[in-house]
Amino acid sequence: MKITLDIWRQKSPNDKGKFVRYELEGVSREMTFLEMLDYLNDKLIKEGKDPVAFDSDCREGICGTCGLFINGRPNGPVKGITTCQLNMSVFKDGDTITVEPFRAKAFPVIKDLIIDRSSFDQLIQSGGFISVNTGAAPEANSIPIKKEIAERAFDAGICIGCGSCVAACKNASAMLFVSAKISQLALLPQGQVEAKERVRTMVREMDRLGFGNCTNTGACEAECPKEISLWNIAKMNREYYKATLG
Amino acid sequence: MCFPAKIINFNHILMGKLFGSSLAQKLVMALAGFFLILFLLVHLSINLLLLGDNPETFNRAAAFMSGFWLVKIFEVVLIGGLLIHIIMGIILQIQNWIARPARYKKRYPSQTSFFSKYMIWTGGIVFIFLFIHFLNFWFVRLGLVEGDHHNFYGMAHELFRHLGYNIIYWISFLILGFHLHHAFQSAFQTFGLNNRKCTPVIKTIGIIYSILVPLGFALIPFVIYFFK
Ligand code: HEM
Ligand code: FES
Repeated sequence: MKITLDIWRQKSPNDKGKFVRYELEGVSREMTFLEMLDYLNDKLIKEGKDPVAFDSDCREGICGTCGLFINGRPNGPVKGITTCQLNMSVFKDGDTITVEPFRAKAFPVIKDLIIDRSSFDQLIQSGGFISVNTGAAPEANSIPIKKEIAERAFDAGICIGCGSCVAACKNASAMLFVSAKISQLALLPQGQVEAKERVRTMVREMDRLGFGNCTNTGACEAECPKEISLWNIAKMNREYYKATLG
Repeated sequence: MCFPAKIINFNHILMGKLFGSSLAQKLVMALAGFFLILFLLVHLSINLLLLGDNPETFNRAAAFMSGFWLVKIFEVVLIGGLLIHIIMGIILQIQNWIARPARYKKRYPSQTSFFSKYMIWTGGIVFIFLFIHFLNFWFVRLGLVEGDHHNFYGMAHELFRHLGYNIIYWISFLILGFHLHHAFQSAFQTFGLNNRKCTPVIKTIGIIYSILVPLGFALIPFVIYFFK
């Protein structure tokens, strides 16, 4: 296939940056999206040009490093996948694909498509943990947890911290990410001990880092590669009211 | 950067969330908004008396709304609520714009709640209407603008004879309907109420409310202009 790429190029954090157009021939349907970018970079290197900087690690949808804004949405046109899981087979010969970094005040661009997502690390460090040494995996039946609760916690716990929610949100709000961690831990007995303090510190940190406010639009839920539910944001609201009012 | 901006960092002031946090801000906003939603029902039921032929009934209801001390307290809360809702709405929106300084070149329109993307604009239009509305009625009662505040029935009927006024009125309520379409269910999500049983019911009631209430308001000038 022949693909036209419109890619954001930015030399450094302070560079103004601009879109650069690349005509790429010989793209195969079997390539993943990131392999297609590798292929483009091979060509650029051979031509003596600067390759396009982008992030990736596991390339199997579990680490959350790779997120790109593809044709106007995080991770491209397929629902429920990360960028590394996107295949070129969803595009047609002659398509133009616009590739942008995730945009948010709290996600500054480092170079080209690579953003600094350490604000998410700071969020987790502010309270997304339990402060006891859990040791080896405990015997599963020693703390009985209702299946429904366990499933809810799991559905929130599968967040990979890729930032697609922030990228999709018109307000660059991190509430889906933060609420997933808060509700995952607030649902389980191990996390409940520190639930009040956690929600207070994580919300404070989220505000400090310059993320926007949720307006319950639901774009985050629609674009989340792990399909984490807006229910978690309502749960976080409840937890927050409990911690501050009650 | 210019000199005053160095001393006063407006960016920081605006990002400093009121009431302690983004979530508290949203709760206050939703409480105020929901209070307005309840008030609109009271307001509509009194307005519907305009369709009756007896000015006394409406004027007595209007007088009750302005005389009774309990209602007076309610009025203060109402105006306070409206102001808080508007001010918070604007601040929230500015914070949200600051949170995304660089825009995307290409944006696929998200498939979720359409009207939620235009809340500041639909709210702004409703605000302009409210200003006209206050000039016409509330300020008259306060004595700030001239008019006979014992005869709101006559004043309303007089206003609704003007097609121009009616068109503004209809458009405003259409826009209010758009605002409420998202707002009604959004308030419950902000309150923390979201579950498989209630949420679909809340969403349905919200849609019915956001159609019927503006329609009810819009019907009154329609009947008066075309049939009276
Ligand atoms: C009778 C008039 C109004 C009613 C009944 C009303 C009601 C509501 C409600 C219930 C919400 C949802 C709040 C939430 O979930 O957080 C809302 C949101 C909003 N309103 Fe209003 N509103 C009215 C007028 C206005 C006006 C005049 C403005 C002014 C500019 C405004 C601006 C906003 C904005 C920006 C939002 C979005 C905030 C968000 O979703 O977080 N509204 N409104
Ligand atoms: S590279 Fe790990 S999720 Fe895509």
